[in-house]
Amino acid sequence: MLTIKNLQAKIDGKQILTGVNLEVKAGEVHAIMGPNGSGKSTLASVLAGREEYEVTEGQVEFLGKNLLEMAPEERARDGVFLAFQYPVEIPGVSTINFMKTALNQIRVHRGQQPLDAVSFLKLMKEKMKLVEMDQSLLNRSLNEGFSGGEKKRNEIFQMAMLEPKLSILDETDSGLDIDALKIVANGVNKLRNKSNGVIVVTHYQRLLDYIIPDFVHVLYRGRIVKSGTKELALELEAKGYDWIKDELALA
Amino acid sequence: MNKDNQVLEELTSKEYEHGWTIDIETDSAPKGLNEGIIRFISAKKNEPEWLLEWRLKAYRQWTKMTEPKWPNVTYPPIDYQDLIYYSAPKQKVQPKNLEDVDPELIKTFEKLGISLTEQKRLTGVAVDAVIDSVSVATTYKTTLAELGIIFCSFSEAVKEHPELVKKYMGSVVPVNDNYFAALNSAVFTDGSFCYIPKGVRCPMELSTYFRINAANTGQFERTLIVADEGSYVSYLEGCTAPMRDENQLHAAVVEIYAMKDAQVKYSTVQNWYPGDKHGKGGIYNFVTKRGLCFGDGSKISWTQVETGSAITWKYPSCILKGDNSMGEFYSVAVTNNYQQADTGTKMIHIGKNTKSRIVSKGISAGHSQNSYRGQVKIMKRAENARNFSQCDSLLMGDKCGAHTFPYIDVENNSARIEHEATTSKIGEDQIFYCLQRGIDEESAVALIVNGYAKEVLNQLPMEFAVEAQKLLALTLEGSVG
Ligand SMILES: Nc1ncnc2c1ncn2[C@@H]1O[C@H](COP(=O)(O)OP(=O)(O)O)[C@@H](O)[C@H]1O
Ligand SMILES: [Mg+2]
Repeated sequence: MLTIKNLQAKIDGKQILTGVNLEVKAGEVHAIMGPNGSGKSTLASVLAGREEYEVTEGQVEFLGKNLLEMAPEERARDGVFLAFQYPVEIPGVSTINFMKTALNQIRVHRGQQPLDAVSFLKLMKEKMKLVEMDQSLLNRSLNEGFSGGEKKRNEIFQMAMLEPKLSILDETDSGLDIDALKIVANGVNKLRNKSNGVIVVTHYQRLLDYIIPDFVHVLYRGRIVKSGTKELALELEAKGYDWIKDELALA
Repeated sequence: MNKDNQVLEELTSKEYEHGWTIDIETDSAPKGLNEGIIRFISAKKNEPEWLLEWRLKAYRQWTKMTEPKWPNVTYPPIDYQDLIYYSAPKQKVQPKNLEDVDPELIKTFEKLGISLTEQKRLTGVAVDAVIDSVSVATTYKTTLAELGIIFCSFSEAVKEHPELVKKYMGSVVPVNDNYFAALNSAVFTDGSFCYIPKGVRCPMELSTYFRINAANTGQFERTLIVADEGSYVSYLEGCTAPMRDENQLHAAVVEIYAMKDAQVKYSTVQNWYPGDKHGKGGIYNFVTKRGLCFGDGSKISWTQVETGSAITWKYPSCILKGDNSMGEFYSVAVTNNYQQADTGTKMIHIGKNTKSRIVSKGISAGHSQNSYRGQVKIMKRAENARNFSQCDSLLMGDKCGAHTFPYIDVENNSARIEHEATTSKIGEDQIFYCLQRGIDEESAVALIVNGYAKEVLNQLPMEFAVEAQKLLALTLEGSVG
């Protein structure tokens, strides 16, 4: 469903992505790991359509469409979802109101009727359970005063609400204690199915004990330098990233 | 839609079918302002001698005054002798049906979700606004009369309740209070009057429904609200239709007089024509609004949503004279393109244990300038006075300006004053977050801005709040990206 070819991008004149190649098929879970600053969030942002990043080379095809030509909201409506590494706060706007606006715009885009308040509430209650969210949290201003864990859970809640085709989770595990991590992973697993793809960006292999990936890639200096299966994650955990750097230096 | 509205709609559209003709006002005073013009206005309105004298006194004071230069706004000098002070501008032909109305205006109405009847009424199409509002006013009037509430046009009040008008007019805003108030006092054409008797809680929101029509003719209206002991009223200054005119001067005066334990809530959604994208045209909105908490335990609360006008100069204020009295000011002021707003409040604490609360949310976009100007004054006698002020500014883009001018003046050491101010930019991050969830940019801005202004919007009556939210979004349309 997603094919990335030689993707290069820069920000403020600085080249960050130097040629990413990646193919995600429906039903697959790909983990992207890599040291800090290697460009993981940049890749996620470019896929989501953040304008600050300038794509200088390469193509991205998503469900047969040229993703890079689409506006960010069009990508979202077509099923690209990004769980942000740093979810933003929007004072005065409740998560409920925010999700209602989003879901209904997406529905209209898909030629469906907007959901009325009752059906919306029903759907919301169902999805809340998935991430063990409390409704009082959803009544509050979006992410304002939320703990780190609550913010991340809210991201997965939103993912559950919008039922995306491709989900990109950017370090959804960072800052979570083990219980929260399990809840989040459990939520993601329940949403996994044959027609959806997931990209899990993470720093630690810990999350991958709960969300078992089909493939693991190492992003380093803006490109994928090594790919493997979940054993690669274990190896990275045991040995760190230095051996990869050494390997690269030798090559 | 409820039954009443349906009936109303049917009735009014019938009237339209039957081809109502509109009485185009032909009476008008010649250009300019002098004692002769004032006598002319007063004579046209069949006013009693005392009111003519009152006007003349105001006029004489006005001639000795100068236009205030301290607001943070700029505009070419106004030639007061080049204005017409009575009657509708003659060149303005009333549209016969909706097809004749500026399509852009209709689009705006549609976006606001204003019903067809309402659209007709606002644009002055065939549905005779006067007939329309009289019928509405009559339904009101029976209910209100039973409670002893007086709610009528200012002119009617002068005729029917001269003793009340005489006693309270100018008691809160004296004729010589400021340049524009003096001008208004000299030439005001109409407005509304409201009296709530002792112990009566007005069961409905009173709105200046019929004044919308008047807006087409006079730009100098006057409102006087008197709330007797222990009474309560919530008063709405209606959605004023966008007007497509050259720069026009609008200098209104609103006075509120609250006796012991009375409560008055005054809400405004101001949507005068702001001028075009390049700053051409638009209303100069120079308005004096003041409430006097005369009695102990009284309370006056101002809520305003200011989205229109080329220039806004407006400081709804409270004089907290009675002990334990309370004043509130909740404001959202949005400026876009080349709009300029200098608005805020004055809270004058005179009585003991008086409290005031100020919540101001400015939003500037385009090339606009948005200033909050507020004064909190604690007089010597005001033991234990308390004030809380929150003044926030939100900037969209980098060509606009936001300014805050708080003046605090304390003469009693027991006062407790808290002032908080923030300035923020609408975040790229926030907008991107919304886009990433499938929300388009316009809706994203609307969402963020309405969230920002929520504390103020929450003060508005329900239907009004919805309208105000849409207005905010409309005003800011196209201001990002
Ligand atoms: N606005 C920016 N201007 C310049 N450099 C940036 C900007 N944003 C991110 N970077 C740089 O891009 C690199 C990759 O960042 P990022 O994609 O966040 O890495 P990761 O998510 O893998 O930790 C880092 O070196 C970071 O400093
Ligand atoms: Mg990152």
